[in-house]
Amino acid sequence: MENPIIGIENAVVSYRDEVALGGVSLDVKAGEFVGIIGPNGAGKTTLLTLVNGLGKLVSGSVTVLGKPVTGSNRHELRKQVGYVAQVEIIDKRMPISVREVVMLGRYGILGLFRRPGKLDWAIVDETLEMVGMTYLANRPIGHLSGGEQQRVSIARCLAQEPKIFLLDEPTASLDWKAQTEILEMVKRLHNERHLTTLFVTHDLDALPHTCDRVVLMKDGLIIADGTPDKLISTENLSRLFNIPELVVEERRPHVHRRES
Amino acid sequence: MDLSILSYQFMQNAILAAFLGGIACSTVGVFVVLLHMPFIGVAMSHAAFAGALLGLWLGFDPLIGAFVFSLGAAAVIGPLADRGEISPETSLGIVFSLALGLAFLFIGLMPTTRSAALDLLWGSILTVNRSDVIFLAIVAFVIVGLVILFFKEVQAVVFNRNIALAVGLPATFILYAVLFLTGTTVTVSLRSIGGLLIFSLILNPAAAAYQLTYNMKKMFLLSAVFGVLSGWIGLFFSYIFNLPSGATIVVTSSVIFLLAVVLSPKRRVKQWRIKRVAGKQ
Repeated sequence: MENPIIGIENAVVSYRDEVALGGVSLDVKAGEFVGIIGPNGAGKTTLLTLVNGLGKLVSGSVTVLGKPVTGSNRHELRKQVGYVAQVEIIDKRMPISVREVVMLGRYGILGLFRRPGKLDWAIVDETLEMVGMTYLANRPIGHLSGGEQQRVSIARCLAQEPKIFLLDEPTASLDWKAQTEILEMVKRLHNERHLTTLFVTHDLDALPHTCDRVVLMKDGLIIADGTPDKLISTENLSRLFNIPELVVEERRPHVHRRES
Repeated sequence: MDLSILSYQFMQNAILAAFLGGIACSTVGVFVVLLHMPFIGVAMSHAAFAGALLGLWLGFDPLIGAFVFSLGAAAVIGPLADRGEISPETSLGIVFSLALGLAFLFIGLMPTTRSAALDLLWGSILTVNRSDVIFLAIVAFVIVGLVILFFKEVQAVVFNRNIALAVGLPATFILYAVLFLTGTTVTVSLRSIGGLLIFSLILNPAAAAYQLTYNMKKMFLLSAVFGVLSGWIGLFFSYIFNLPSGATIVVTSSVIFLLAVVLSPKRRVKQWRIKRVAGKQ
């Protein structure tokens, strides 16, 4: 494998007495679109936080963009990593506009004491255009619906001009229409911007169909890693979510059995 | 009206103290309101009060006691607010009640007259001296300066700490800086506004400004205007009717808040949304 853009080696993470990641290794090449699937509590989010230096390792090592992630360089690192989380409840009265929220993405790169200039606002307006939110640019962020807010979050990430794009259940709690629109947008932007994308979800329907690669996680471990058509099988889903194969087939008739 | 009163040193000090205290408290208040942690101010001001009383009892400068105690409270509150995984209100409640308990314990232990203690509780803006005013001026200047200098960092952190962290800002450091500034503001305003009432001057102007604008810069400005107005109008009534100044200041700031709620355009959010949907069709 050529030099990976993300290299996680034998990572162990624990929160108090709970092991969140029990020795996970994962290499991601530049330009890959990786879907990370698993039930709640599998350690998917923790894995993402290692990539942007928010998670704390007990042992193991993480290398991102050719540099080991340490306490001292994590702020620098985060400037190159875009992060979209689940829809969060935003106070309706929060005094900040959509355009300003997108500008937050540029604050890290700008650095201390520097104000956003014309170029920064131009980038912000361009990314708002890309996610179709220009018509809401001057609205208070708290007035937007969940789907609109996620588009704004994605625009914020793009304004950051990141190399790596992390998405943590970005479509959770969105309706079907908003969900499919966001998924399409993520995939399109991944291609247009030549990003390396990690997409975490517990919901198979919320995974962009065109993932290059799928990683299955359970109980803080990676249990399988490969192409989607190989991995999304009745056998694996049954193992992943602890439900009998027959039930998986009943619920997801289009998923193929590995033997067949 | 006889304006000759303005030529007296004590009145000039009071007017300056109301102006500077109003600006410092109301600016800190914007953080407290936007971070949704109103209890921070309560816990901290009472900790400062307790610290000041310890100073009175043991015979050192009450302001030093107040400063140390409010920083102590910040050290307890900081990690709670930072982690954000549990509701910090319970722990803040405990800090608050401990501070109040200690305060009254120190009052009880004081052998002599307790009027000095009561002054710290109620505040008396008409007796502040030049050095109090200078302290207030330094703190107000530093706070306003920091907000102007670090406006974008402040904006990111009060909007969402996780996002601020994720885009590469030192959000944790900024949060602690805010707590430190809150402690300092409480300390220097203690003598003029009083430990029991200072929290209202932190919360009310900012909460009033919060009702009136969707722009964070305007919120800081409005909050400062309301803070200063509360101080001056309160001072005026205190002088005219010979009432405790802390009380008149707090009541004024509450009235301003009520007016802001009544006039708030934010109560019409839903109508806006309906209009927009109708407009799109």
